[in-house]
Amino acid sequence: MTLLFQLLVNGLIVGALYGVVAMSFVLIYKASRIVNFAQGEFLLIGAWACWWLLTSWQLPFWIGFPITLAFMMAFGVILQVVVLRPMIGEPIISVIMVTIGLSIFFQALMKWMFGVFAKPFPQIFATQTMNVFGLEVQTVYVVSLAISLLIMAGFGWFFKYSRLGLAMRATAFDQQVAQSLGISVRQMFAMSWAISAMVSAVAGVVVGVVNGVSSALSFFGIKVFPAVILGGLDSVIGAVLGGLIVGLLENFAHYVDSQWLNWGNMYEIAPFYVLIIILMFKPYGLFGTKDIERV
Amino acid sequence: MANISLIPCGDFKTTYGRDTTIFPTVTSRNFAILGILILLVCPAFMDRYWLNLCIQIGYLGIAALGLNILVGFTGQISIGHAAFFGFGAFSSAWLSNSFGIPVALAIPLAGVMTTAVGMIFGLPAARLKGLYLAIATLAAQYILQDFFGRADWFTGGVAGTIAEPFSLFGFAFDTDERFFYVVLVYMVVMYILATNLMRSRDGRALVAVRDHYLSAEIMGINLTKYRTMSFGISAFYAGIGGALYAHYLQFVSVEGFTILFSIQFLGMIIIGGLGSIMGSLMGTAFMVLLPEVMQALTNSLAGTAIDTALNLKEAIAFLREMAIGLVIILFLVFEPDGLAHRWKQIKAYWKLYPFSH
Repeated sequence: MTLLFQLLVNGLIVGALYGVVAMSFVLIYKASRIVNFAQGEFLLIGAWACWWLLTSWQLPFWIGFPITLAFMMAFGVILQVVVLRPMIGEPIISVIMVTIGLSIFFQALMKWMFGVFAKPFPQIFATQTMNVFGLEVQTVYVVSLAISLLIMAGFGWFFKYSRLGLAMRATAFDQQVAQSLGISVRQMFAMSWAISAMVSAVAGVVVGVVNGVSSALSFFGIKVFPAVILGGLDSVIGAVLGGLIVGLLENFAHYVDSQWLNWGNMYEIAPFYVLIIILMFKPYGLFGTKDIERV
Repeated sequence: MANISLIPCGDFKTTYGRDTTIFPTVTSRNFAILGILILLVCPAFMDRYWLNLCIQIGYLGIAALGLNILVGFTGQISIGHAAFFGFGAFSSAWLSNSFGIPVALAIPLAGVMTTAVGMIFGLPAARLKGLYLAIATLAAQYILQDFFGRADWFTGGVAGTIAEPFSLFGFAFDTDERFFYVVLVYMVVMYILATNLMRSRDGRALVAVRDHYLSAEIMGINLTKYRTMSFGISAFYAGIGGALYAHYLQFVSVEGFTILFSIQFLGMIIIGGLGSIMGSLMGTAFMVLLPEVMQALTNSLAGTAIDTALNLKEAIAFLREMAIGLVIILFLVFEPDGLAHRWKQIKAYWKLYPFSH
């Protein structure tokens, strides 16, 4: 029973991270209708950049981390302007393929630059574990949960109250109307990529601190799909919920598997089965906008 | 205008038959026959290295054509093609190992088995479009890959499985020179089949589904049927390609059919040209030759300053992957219609030469 509880807590924490990544994925999709298959590489690049600053330059975390974020912001903007802006108006398959191409390109580049083995982060927190409700939980986990919640709250505030967030929502709703109201749609596109890259990098650093940095991080980008589909591609709340569900689900599947089934590998594969089943019954996910088409 | 031997400057077609003909002129047909004849005598002159590359282009080209029917002609997205390719490889090996079915028969049967699996995963396609479909096929990729690792009875588990060499009437095609002909026959047959499919009612329906599915439905085209059918056909081609791969290498391991391989298939058809049958082959050739060219470049740079600075020898695996990604991006940005389009332009240039207006 303790194992189950431990796994569920794990699921909640990992799920919150999935939620954060899924949210930044949905952000890009909502703003520019681009499905970003390179989301996992954002995590990877962010984590490696931070790791590099912390180990090679011996910067303290509180300096290295903001530099990483600034770098990722620039990276997102450059990526959007150089690669994805020419793709506006192209068919979906082309846009998807461009992001897939980016994903394998950067994954290989990172492997080339930093090697294939996981490298641990230097120690950031003074205490390794904390006692929460009688459970021994790693400090990083608690902090990561806090950061996830903070980001989510930040997103909520940003889209509800800030001028920029409202402009982005307007762009997502209708690009032409937004443009006629004086919103620069191009800027909004670039902005959405910048924010998405930044937020993903935060998640990447958090996971990197827990598990060490390796190319396995980019698998987060794949795990995001079940989460996003569960929630519906264009729903931010759905993305968060989807992330939590996937996080809990895979840990629960792992528990069931280890206790009774012994099939192995359920942790990785269970979300995909659920994904297929959900798509069979609800083709637009649980919270996605239904496209109603009449012939 | 009968029996023109070169493409005339202008379009003088008066019947539908002429419009849908495979070879517009006698010359083009003769060239195609000549090309096949040249390929027939090729093994006598090529060394093992080139034969191996040609055979790879052959079986990958078949699978890529299947994907092009699905993506290029029907407009459905699939990111799980390598899994179907792998399924074909395993089922052909399984059929011939477990039931003693001769390999020559096991290959088409493997195609049929893969079709069945493809249609199961194609079922969501009946209701899904675009992005949701892409993600559903991504799930198919992971589920099948997981299945390969799990199903010991079918794939031999982590140890992999051995496949018998192809043989016909007691004559074993177990060397590269001999297997070349097997692949060549399969390739020619599959490409002619696909060309004819696209000239038929069903093929036109597929293109209609791609171009505007609502209009297609209004015109009485059953979307569910054609979408599922397209998945089935694509899986069939993947299965045949995979089966040929299995009996060529005579060993199938569970590790090969990853998502990167699926992406390579997509890369092939994008480089070759979406919705172009010969383009699939051109793209496959490009994708197969790309690593070889890179290897040659690395070898020629060996010992120079660039080599020592970048440590090319160890990095070649990563450089290959990067090249695949980069080539896909560059083609999409600068040549979205692929090599087939470029080839058409070259032909058009010579058609009108020297007066290009």
